Amino acid sequence: MGRFDTGNEEIAREIIGRYPRAKSALIPLLHLAQEQDGYVTEEAMAHIGELVGVSSAEVLGTCTFYEMFKLHPVGRYVINVCTNISCMLTGGEELLHHAEEHLGITAGATTPDGLFTVEEVECMAACTESPCLQVNYRYRYQVTDEKFDQLVADLRSGRLAEEVPPHGTLARVRQHITDDQRAFIVSPEDASAAGEPAWMHAHEPPQEADSGAGA
Amino acid sequence: MITDAPKLITARFDQPDAHTIEGYERTGGYRALRQALAHLSPAQVANEVKDASLLGRGGAGFPAGVKWGFCPPGVWPRYLVVNGDESEPGTYKDRLLLERDPHQLIEGVLLASYAVGCAQAFIYIRGEMALAQERMAQALNDAYARGYIGKNILGSSFSIDVVMAWGAGAYIVGEETALIESLEGNRGMPRLKPPFFPAVKGLYMQPTIVNNVETLSNVPWIVTNGAAKFTELGAEASKGTRIFAVSGHVKNPGVYEVEYGVTTFRDIIMAPVYGGGIRNGNDLKCFIPGGASAPWFYEEHLDLPLEKATVDKAGSMLGSGAIVVMDHTTDAVRACLSIVRFFAHESCGKCTPCREGTTWLERILRRIVDGYGRASDLDLLMDVADNISPGIAWPPKQTTICPLGPSAVSPLSSALGRFRGEFEDYIEQAERARQERPVELIGGGHGASRALLHDDHDGHDHGGHGHD
Repeated sequence: MGRFDTGNEEIAREIIGRYPRAKSALIPLLHLAQEQDGYVTEEAMAHIGELVGVSSAEVLGTCTFYEMFKLHPVGRYVINVCTNISCMLTGGEELLHHAEEHLGITAGATTPDGLFTVEEVECMAACTESPCLQVNYRYRYQVTDEKFDQLVADLRSGRLAEEVPPHGTLARVRQHITDDQRAFIVSPEDASAAGEPAWMHAHEPPQEADSGAGA
Repeated sequence: MITDAPKLITARFDQPDAHTIEGYERTGGYRALRQALAHLSPAQVANEVKDASLLGRGGAGFPAGVKWGFCPPGVWPRYLVVNGDESEPGTYKDRLLLERDPHQLIEGVLLASYAVGCAQAFIYIRGEMALAQERMAQALNDAYARGYIGKNILGSSFSIDVVMAWGAGAYIVGEETALIESLEGNRGMPRLKPPFFPAVKGLYMQPTIVNNVETLSNVPWIVTNGAAKFTELGAEASKGTRIFAVSGHVKNPGVYEVEYGVTTFRDIIMAPVYGGGIRNGNDLKCFIPGGASAPWFYEEHLDLPLEKATVDKAGSMLGSGAIVVMDHTTDAVRACLSIVRFFAHESCGKCTPCREGTTWLERILRRIVDGYGRASDLDLLMDVADNISPGIAWPPKQTTICPLGPSAVSPLSSALGRFRGEFEDYIEQAERARQERPVELIGGGHGASRALLHDDHDGHDHGGHGHD
């Protein structure tokens, strides 16, 4: 664990290949590391640095800027409770307190069995469904204390295993561009990129006859 | 006025399979792209969008067509970046567009790239939006497979790759130069502008157009139906329709696409088809017209139309289309603290007035709420605010690179301007508590300094007010 396994290294190389400059793949690769291990390990950051061609300090620098990356193990299920304005107005803070009491931990901590971490988070764009929470970035809307307790029970019993993958997994569909589909990846350094794209003068009206097209 | 304007960009929201390529094609999807590639020059597509006066829907409200024209001639390659990092408190529209109609956005991206001459496009989706990422990845795979993206699209000379990128939790990345930094794999800190206006020097220091999800989602409709049809909708300076999220103390919180510039705040907050009025028969106290950054509005603003210029002139902004309603039971001081705390937490730390200022605003507000306020605190708050945004005026001046710092001043100047008595009540109570318990005067002093210094990690904040 730590460095990418063979399968993930292949995925990492494919992601890098989509960008004109390799370093652009840093955040997706940190997510991939977190998907593999549940958090971002030092070994993973070193490996990412090797793949992308930057020092592991630079990887760490980027990693620590972003809230979602965890540098230490967290619960299998990370429950994020929003307390920003819309949720605060409709009981978000009370929900957070209930979550803390129900699980017996304070925000930021993990239950001793390693199942749950609770976090107080900023607005997650579900303001009309407040108060809301996410569990491993899957939404739950208009959450009451009862709904929260039920959610915890369902996660504990494994009833939601299909819907809620372990912490670290975001989208379960990956973008995949096959070689025959690919247009071109244009880096500013490519000599071929210096010119105007081929289509820029397509359909230019020979005279003013066609100028109102589309209107 | 409530109009029966057609829904331009949320038309497919009731269609369960709208996110699939079959569902999109069946309802006219990719028709605009076919039409453009078969008949229109890039300049014609650009002009159509310019003539439509499509204002950016991300917050600043700059005309998209004009922005497209800012790329310096003859400098290639150019890039397109879609800003899908929606995180302004109260804002909830781009996520729906990404989840429910991803192909509409992709088609908008393709049309914009064709018009501007972009070599590659990046759709940057907020990290926390797992379902949006899943739907977009699937949509891109399907669009590639059917030849809408890639080499020589639909047999034309137009070729482009569209790549999904995703963030990892940072509000500031919604600022366009911070977004570009993030897309380059860096910490998401804004760049100083000028010289780095993205259209001139953006991604990899190349000309880059950064547009919001909702903005680009309008483009297929405009190309299909024409600018003239688009400008039939809306008011003088705000054309088309716009999505507003109405949340907080209303009976029917929801996301509504309405005619831009015509519908009023009263309509969207009170009308049964929209917000439905204040919950529990309560009275309106105030509302935020355009996201947490916006100065608050009150009863007397209800009849203003949702129109950019009008709202700007009245001293606030429509911003990202987020209307947050507060009823008379709301504690203005705590609401203010909630918003200020958000900006303090999300400050990237690059500019001193924002990094230090927002943090001090939060701490002073917190000690007021915690019962340790001092009579001098209100002047102190305004003094700190004035150092972040000189004059505390609207539109805000700033001592910072980006508008995040001044955004923290908006709720403060609003709450303190209108509900100063509530702040004073907290402080008077604190003063009384000190006098009534003279022995604790010393302890109170310690308490005050502890409250001043305390933060989320010191272990003292597990009481009733600890987590706001």
